[in-house]
Amino acid sequence: MFWNLPYIAVVLLTIIGIATILLKKNLIKMFLGVSILTSAVNLFLIVLGYRDSGIAPIYTYAPSELMVLPTPQALCLTSIVIGVATSALMLSFAVVIYRYYGTVNVDEIRELKE
Amino acid sequence: MTWEVITSNLPALLVAVPLFAAFLCPLVGRISPGMRASWVFGAMVLTAAIAYILAFIVYSQGTVIYVFGATTPDLSVPIDSGGIPIRIMFTVDAMSALMEIIAVTVGLGVLLYSLSSDERRSGLENYYTIFLLMIAAVLGMVSTGDLFNFFVFLEISSLASAGLIAYRVEKGVAVEAGLKYLMVSTIAGIFFLFAIGILYGQYNALNMAILAERIQWTPLDKIALVLMVAALATKCGSVPLHFWTPDAYSMAPAAVTAMLVVASQASLYGLFRISFTLYGVALSYVTIGWVIIILGVLSMVVGVTMAIPQKDIKRLMAYHAVSQTGYMLLGVGVGLAVLGDQALLNSYGYTAMEGGIFHIMNHALYKGLLFLTAGAIIYRIGTSDLNRMGGLGHRMKYTMVFFMIGSLAIAGIPPFNGFASKFLIYESVFLFSPVLAIIAMVVSILTLASFVKVFHSVFMGPPLPEHDKVSEVPFPMLAAMGFLAILVIISGLFPQVFIQNLIVPAVHALTNQAGYLGTVLGGA
Repeated sequence: MFWNLPYIAVVLLTIIGIATILLKKNLIKMFLGVSILTSAVNLFLIVLGYRDSGIAPIYTYAPSELMVLPTPQALCLTSIVIGVATSALMLSFAVVIYRYYGTVNVDEIRELKE
Repeated sequence: MTWEVITSNLPALLVAVPLFAAFLCPLVGRISPGMRASWVFGAMVLTAAIAYILAFIVYSQGTVIYVFGATTPDLSVPIDSGGIPIRIMFTVDAMSALMEIIAVTVGLGVLLYSLSSDERRSGLENYYTIFLLMIAAVLGMVSTGDLFNFFVFLEISSLASAGLIAYRVEKGVAVEAGLKYLMVSTIAGIFFLFAIGILYGQYNALNMAILAERIQWTPLDKIALVLMVAALATKCGSVPLHFWTPDAYSMAPAAVTAMLVVASQASLYGLFRISFTLYGVALSYVTIGWVIIILGVLSMVVGVTMAIPQKDIKRLMAYHAVSQTGYMLLGVGVGLAVLGDQALLNSYGYTAMEGGIFHIMNHALYKGLLFLTAGAIIYRIGTSDLNRMGGLGHRMKYTMVFFMIGSLAIAGIPPFNGFASKFLIYESVFLFSPVLAIIAMVVSILTLASFVKVFHSVFMGPPLPEHDKVSEVPFPMLAAMGFLAILVIISGLFPQVFIQNLIVPAVHALTNQAGYLGTVLGGA
């Protein structure tokens, strides 16, 4: 049970993220939801890659031949970088939208109807 | 010697050349705008040349694999790797090569058009940088043999497309469309990454071939499949997740819209690659096949019915793009639904898939052409409202001819290419289920009706006084439209040449899962 706690955290973060995106009307809060969702995935990848008392794959310092394959950490790092790029683009869109519509409420940003 | 170095590194160059050119583009642009234009066009021509040579090698000698960082490019499973392909790998088979040909051909035409249609705008160095990034992302998506690598290219294409959709930033609405696209595709990307995590957690691999070999069809695999299919169906704009398409397609500059069609087809390719190569006969192909068929039929019907009442020319075309995506899903879905049954596959499954995949190629050509003609009209008269157009046939003769070619092709009228692929779909789907074939034909008729209406309201009638100063668009734009129009006509007049040489190998590459695994893992 205890070892499942990180996975439960992943599920909770996913639910919080999706709920934030669906229920909030403020664009910035929706972006926060996307960030929470990204964090959920990152946590998921890290938990997958965690090995109890595993040895970090630093060849010069490793006491034995057996080391942890760092692929999930590499995936997570890439995903963080992509997340930063996405957040930056989303926030800059929010700036432009606020300038033209005078609001960041999604109910009022509706010129593209139908 | 040099030639050998180049040919053995073609798959890497395919992505490296546009990436390199993209990031040097702002620097070259400092010299002069003309220099920048020739830099960008030169890079595109070089990329296209690489793609054509690579495709020629793939079609004549079989699948090419390229392992990044290995001692030799084809060493997929090194001895000390523990029997799994540990490095990132490009696997270019006939299906990938076909998608590459489509992407660079449309990209070439679109870039030529864009050099003229957008030349008076500001911020062009960023525009071309993002444009080349998008080309690199699409080429990477269709070449890669690694699931995580696919995700990275998917995200690059999402970010680049969102940036280009919002390019006309002085209109707030363009940013609204870009934001909508970015939100949808980011969430799709996150779910795709979840699926990758699930698969990695079970099978300790990211390479598609080794995953396909190990996959068990456990409940977790089903969840992963659902997540990936939902993510990619969203990105290719199929109903019920099509709502970003009309906004994004109508707000982006015309050249970008034509490229967006190609980018969403790369997602479509990902969908097919995952269901055929990654899961293959391991999945309950009848169920998944029917899911894809139903998505396809819904896209066809909803797309065309939403298109008919539209007043904005590009919005109307965007809904037609949704509807045409449905044909591709229908054709390939029928192939997937009979995947395990060799007799049915031989009798109509392969034909249906040939139709679906030929339609991908034809759609990229005629839809690209149609969006470019819409862009040409907007470029001259400054509005996209159909009610404020009329009589333009007197002023823009060539654009009118190109529009006619494109709209007859999309409606499936012989001798244009839309007829060739739709006919393959009709005759094979009829054997599978007559109702589906009838729906497909009705949708085609509605498409024709809709384009007749557009043609009439844009080009026919007396010349309107407010369009007195309207003249034909500049030569590079005409040349780009002519290039695509000629391809539409050629592939419509000689469909057999294209089907025999390009489509059939692609279909067999897609259905032959064992062949794919053998090429990648064979050396082990």
